[in-house]
Amino acid sequence: MSAPDMQMTATLAPKADVKGLDFYYGDYRALNSISMPVYERQVTALIGPSGCGKSTFLRCFNRLHDLYPGNRYAGEIVLHPDNTNLLSAEVDPIEVRMRIGMVFQKPNPFPKSIFENVAYGLRVRGETSRRRIEEKVEQALADAALIGEVRNRMHEPAYNLSGGQQQRLCIARALATDPELLLFDEPTSALDPIATASIEELIHDLKERVTILIVTHNMQQAARVSDFTAYMYLGEMIEFGVTDELFIKPAKKQTEDYITGRFG
Amino acid sequence: MKPIDLKNQIRARKRYDALFGVLGLLALMIGVLTFCALFADMAIKGMGRVDWDFFTSFPSRHPGQAGILSAWVGSTLVMLVTAFFAVPLGVAAGVYLEEYARKNWVTDLIEINITNLAGVPSIVYGLLALGLFVYQFGFGQSILSAGLTLALLILPVVIVATREAIRSIPQAIREGSYALGATQWQTVRYHILPYSSAGILTGIIIGMARAIGETAPIITIGALTFIAFLPPAPVSAQPPFLSFEWLVSPFTVMPIQMFNWTSRPEAAFQVNAAAAGFVLVIMTLAMNGLAIWLRYRLRRNIKW
Amino acid sequence: MLFLAALVSVFTTVGIVTILVKESVVFFEQVSIVDFLTDTQWTPLFDDAHFGIMVLLSGTLTSSLVALAIAIPLGTVIAIYLSEFAPFKLREIAKPFLELLGGVPTIVYGYFALLFVTPLLQRIYPGLPGFNLLSAGIVMGIMIIPYVASISEDAMRAVPMSLREGSYAMGATRLQTALRVVFPAAFSGVAAAYILGISRAVGETMILAVAAGMQPNLTFNPLEPAATITAYIVQVALGDLPHGSVGFQTIFAAGLTLMLITLIFNIAGHLLRKRFRETY
Repeated sequence: MSAPDMQMTATLAPKADVKGLDFYYGDYRALNSISMPVYERQVTALIGPSGCGKSTFLRCFNRLHDLYPGNRYAGEIVLHPDNTNLLSAEVDPIEVRMRIGMVFQKPNPFPKSIFENVAYGLRVRGETSRRRIEEKVEQALADAALIGEVRNRMHEPAYNLSGGQQQRLCIARALATDPELLLFDEPTSALDPIATASIEELIHDLKERVTILIVTHNMQQAARVSDFTAYMYLGEMIEFGVTDELFIKPAKKQTEDYITGRFG
Repeated sequence: MKPIDLKNQIRARKRYDALFGVLGLLALMIGVLTFCALFADMAIKGMGRVDWDFFTSFPSRHPGQAGILSAWVGSTLVMLVTAFFAVPLGVAAGVYLEEYARKNWVTDLIEINITNLAGVPSIVYGLLALGLFVYQFGFGQSILSAGLTLALLILPVVIVATREAIRSIPQAIREGSYALGATQWQTVRYHILPYSSAGILTGIIIGMARAIGETAPIITIGALTFIAFLPPAPVSAQPPFLSFEWLVSPFTVMPIQMFNWTSRPEAAFQVNAAAAGFVLVIMTLAMNGLAIWLRYRLRRNIKW
Repeated sequence: MLFLAALVSVFTTVGIVTILVKESVVFFEQVSIVDFLTDTQWTPLFDDAHFGIMVLLSGTLTSSLVALAIAIPLGTVIAIYLSEFAPFKLREIAKPFLELLGGVPTIVYGYFALLFVTPLLQRIYPGLPGFNLLSAGIVMGIMIIPYVASISEDAMRAVPMSLREGSYAMGATRLQTALRVVFPAAFSGVAAAYILGISRAVGETMILAVAAGMQPNLTFNPLEPAATITAYIVQVALGDLPHGSVGFQTIFAAGLTLMLITLIFNIAGHLLRKRFRETY
């Protein structure tokens, strides 16, 4: 990294540190020795061509791979401030998922009302106080910039909302439980440009409060939205740096080839 | 939430997970236990009774001499008639609906009817047969009526199985055939039917397994419960060598024989009933098992 | 030609309706519909004959309720378990097994109810009569479990994985995901399964004919014997009443009632299944 970069990152604390992460689907190694920091209250983007492993990498953070048989992690993802290794067998995946939220590529609201969708995370962890739930739901919807559009129809089915609104609902749902880290898996690839713009603006506002890690196949989006970018190829981390630096003057030729569109 | 509270809460929730796992297994066990109890009951009480004499004797007032000869012969003959009607009609209807039918209200009507008929109680089929085949058409209380009734009963099963089998054939095969200049009928005859035959066969077996065990519709059309003779043989040594008299003869079938014996209070008849039941269960288990195995083999072997 | 084969199904339905109505008309010429629906006695063979279908309906209703009280909870639990909890190999064994359970001829179930379940129950409750609706209902319930479980399970497996992932990502456990997300999402399909179960219970004949006795009895107490609509039809068919006599034609009126009941349930089930397919 350049000198200005190093100065900047010196003042930032990492929310998480990835150390030598390998990931195996059965015998096949999908991720190879990935190491990088995820800085607190910054947006970090993961870019790379299809199949490079960025979504696979993202799903390691909330142990989503544990849902399917035959998967194996090696290495560490250390979450601060308590220095817990998220990938450790002693750490319950449910505990990890209660601290880390996720927004998926295709909006996936539950077959419930708008209110109940956002309240889901709270109810699932045993919150019973109606007042507290209502407060958190309202706050989350406000943070997701959705409250104005749904205030009068909180108990209508979530499926009545448009695609962009549903995605913001999913964001509100993730925010309601005060996650320490928010994962976005290509959140706008299923949305039209206007909805996309509103989500990008939302991400920009959210980073004040929560660390964000976003996977995107759209380089321009990464450039617009993120503070740090990591370029991945074939399961490996090729380069990690400040977004502006990486896009203007990438350190590695591979990165440059991808960014300039020599392959994709 | 404090870390230790978090861990406790997670542990409490996961306890429910484990509890439900146990509950689910228990529920399955109830099914397994019932099946085993049923099978064991039949086997213990009835297996001893099943011997060569049992298969070759007519029913009789004396339980020790009673056998299921007329019953299984009747069942076989009825199954022949059922298959004779159900298979061509069912397969033809299935082929039509999948390959020829256009999306219009007639097709919708047919499809609604098929779904509806699958849910009609079997005894209503018996009433239909009584009014239509026995009285209106005058077929009488005969093997022909029974076979027709059961054919109608299992028709939806055969049609649905045919359709599913045909549906799993990729469009590419049809297109390949047409591209070579084949007519629709030729495509059906040389490609569609052969490739779907295993799936269709599975459906036929399941349908027949169902038909063998049906009692209510056959009782309704008037099959008698005490038959001590066999229907006339279909072939004879004298001209005309083929006879259809057996079609209109009175008859009985296995489930009805079992019903008859079950209804008698004497314990010895109940042993006979258990024996008949044992034979029935073995037959239906074998047929259903065969169909399941066929389906399993199909799924593994077909690679389009 | 093939078209005619397909039309057979339409002809069958038309035939059923025609025959039932035509033969029932003979009956209703002699018995008013009001009496049929409101009379509380069913004594077609007496000189002072009564034809209250309520009597037979009570038998059908009571036995069906017992059956559904078993089939719906157990069937649902099995479905959720197989769909969300069970390991792959267990599923592969359990599903065919359930199919076999549902393929046992109903007369065999009837025998089982009369000569195994009833004596068993009599050990617990000595006053239980030899013919009773409870044994028949219990066995009928177990027979219906495979139908309910299989269709419900199919409905649940059709729920997309993305919904489950969304729930797990929120820190939910397997049971929470199954009950709060998957089951509600699959509900129209599950409801269709329940309705099929109801249809099956109402239309079942042999188990009841054998184990519940064929004595018409206006009761809602499962500990008593009673005749259902279906068992009654069997009873008449076994007898010697001549075709055309009021006594005989009762079976068509009874059959018509049965047909209407199951038709309503089948249509409801069909609409529900359509709605479910539209959601996904």
